[in-house]
Amino acid sequence: MRAGSLPRYLLQRLLLVIPMILVLLTLVFFLLRVAPGDPVTATLGDRLPQEAIDARRAQLGLDRPLIVQFFEYLGQVATLNFGEAISDNQPILGVVRDNGGATLTLTLGAFLFALLVGIPLGRLAGRRRDSAGDVVIRIFGVVSYAAPVFFVGLLMQMWLARPLGLPTSGIASPRVMFTVSAEPITHILLVDAILQGNWAATGDILVHHVLPCLALGLLLCGIFIRLVRVNLLQTLQADYVEAARARGIPEKQVVKKHAFRNALVPVVTVIGLQVALTLSGAVLTEKTFNWPGLGFKLLQYIEVRDYIAVQGIVTFIALLVVVMSLVVDVVNALIDPRVRYQ
Amino acid sequence: MSQPVIDATDVRVWYGTPRGSVKAVDGVSFAVQPGEILGLVGESGCGKSTLGRALLGLLPAGAKMDGSLLFKGEDLVAMSDKERFAHRGTDLAMIFQEPLTRLNPLMRVSEHFTETLRSHHPKMRASEVEARSLEVLRLIGIPPSRWKAYPHEFSGGMRQRLMIALALVLRPAFVVADEPTTALDVLVEAQIIKILHDLRRNFDTSLLLITHNLGIIAETCDRVAVMYAGKIVEVGDARTVFRDPQHPYTRELLRSTITLATDGLNSIPGAPPDLVDPPPGCHFHPRCPDAMTICPQFEPLLLARDGGPSRVGSDDVACWGTRTAALTPQQRTPLVREELAVADEA
Repeated sequence: MRAGSLPRYLLQRLLLVIPMILVLLTLVFFLLRVAPGDPVTATLGDRLPQEAIDARRAQLGLDRPLIVQFFEYLGQVATLNFGEAISDNQPILGVVRDNGGATLTLTLGAFLFALLVGIPLGRLAGRRRDSAGDVVIRIFGVVSYAAPVFFVGLLMQMWLARPLGLPTSGIASPRVMFTVSAEPITHILLVDAILQGNWAATGDILVHHVLPCLALGLLLCGIFIRLVRVNLLQTLQADYVEAARARGIPEKQVVKKHAFRNALVPVVTVIGLQVALTLSGAVLTEKTFNWPGLGFKLLQYIEVRDYIAVQGIVTFIALLVVVMSLVVDVVNALIDPRVRYQ
Repeated sequence: MSQPVIDATDVRVWYGTPRGSVKAVDGVSFAVQPGEILGLVGESGCGKSTLGRALLGLLPAGAKMDGSLLFKGEDLVAMSDKERFAHRGTDLAMIFQEPLTRLNPLMRVSEHFTETLRSHHPKMRASEVEARSLEVLRLIGIPPSRWKAYPHEFSGGMRQRLMIALALVLRPAFVVADEPTTALDVLVEAQIIKILHDLRRNFDTSLLLITHNLGIIAETCDRVAVMYAGKIVEVGDARTVFRDPQHPYTRELLRSTITLATDGLNSIPGAPPDLVDPPPGCHFHPRCPDAMTICPQFEPLLLARDGGPSRVGSDDVACWGTRTAALTPQQRTPLVREELAVADEA
């Protein structure tokens, strides 16, 4: 493989993922042990006799030295075995499977909204710098970024839900939830409804998506607006843009192919970094809208200090973030030839 | 003589600033004949680059242009933006100072050429685009194997060649080269200068070569115009001007050039004037070693060396020192510089 080729770059990037995941797993494991509270007492209550608690600890392997537990945990993650929750004995992979779908469709919907609205608005603002439109868009961007998700969600529930006839809670009506999840295919409710050909259910699920996706999407939208605007302002001043104008290339084409396209390179990077932010935003959104997603589940498990479950879900989310950052790097390398040469 | 490619008369370019108008180009007249290379020299900030940009209509927002700027008889100043745009690329082209940042890093060489050619010939076939581009690249010294390469895979000198090729592929009648070698090392500089010098043989192109390097002018140009504080102070045949400079500023500029024979550094005392509020009369009088009483009072016009009106191809100078016979003895007395001394102490 010659230096600077795409396959070689990908291989390098993949190898870098291994230490990244190791660091993440170590952090997840030890931060949880340092946090106050104990899963056994939290689940069983502290009125049990000490012997019963010790027995439960021994059963879970929590009485062994930390380092032993750590390496056992690493071994489990390596074989994708995340264990069972202490509080309700659910296998963690099952929890991730059953609740991950709702989080996935929520975050994808939010991203879609943010991209479709944020990028064109940012482009407009950058193109017409200091016009009235630019000022309005900038204020909108700052406000939507600064407003907390749960607050925006609450306002939407109060002011938007009733006039628009939109549901404020859950991913589907109880009936739809029951019929669609009775025969799971992909465990992603929306996809399952479509695959089952149940259009009424699909519509119901989509309607339930509107407000949560909007609340989470607005947060991302603000980021994209400011990012695209600033980058476009910069590339519009670039030497190669002036040179393109000097060659008599039409202004529309100059903006599109030289300024806007180049402005998107850093945006792609930030989109990747935003995945982590979106997932944490999703936890708050899910809580606000009673969304049966991973974040909602995570909060439940944290309340009962379920080490194994929290550890498992956080590890899964961390892996997701790592995979996304890898995807972003690859996309970046495809767009920008200079990246491959670093 | 045939019609000049560029015929500028009393061109002014002013920038609006909070302090007032910056008179970057202040009443400049010159002509460039077909196939001629005109050098434009002067210190940084004297308006050279502004003049070059004005020719292509690439002035920033807030700049105003006035006067008459004829391209083959059509006035570029009076034209609408749309008409002026139609000349860009095909008739008028520009080569910039910093080749490293002038190519879009995300576009291959082939994409740059395709975009440039297709913008002006929308129906040109891909095979013809490639043939025409590779022909120019070959003349400029870039092998066809680099056709699909990205800009970052080239050195600075190679990128400047690419910029030149991109300008020439449209066969413009007139090219502005704004300090094309300033960012390059000496050996590469020589190569680029040779390419520019050979332009008229290969492409029959006229060139306005903006530089502060007098050596390049002597090597390359047919005629030279010396600019100071937004005005042309001397213009003429490059050899004549260099052998026998008439304007004190040209003389000082030539004396400041460093060669192997230099045994001491010469510089012109003082700094170029503030173009918002330039000195009265001749703008150079505060720094001029030969200033006379008349210099701050009246501005000398650009006239032929013999004192007659400027003609096409004549050697002109704007200095009272060449016209002492027409002055009164009082006007001829050396200028007493009290203000300057006071200003220096302050």
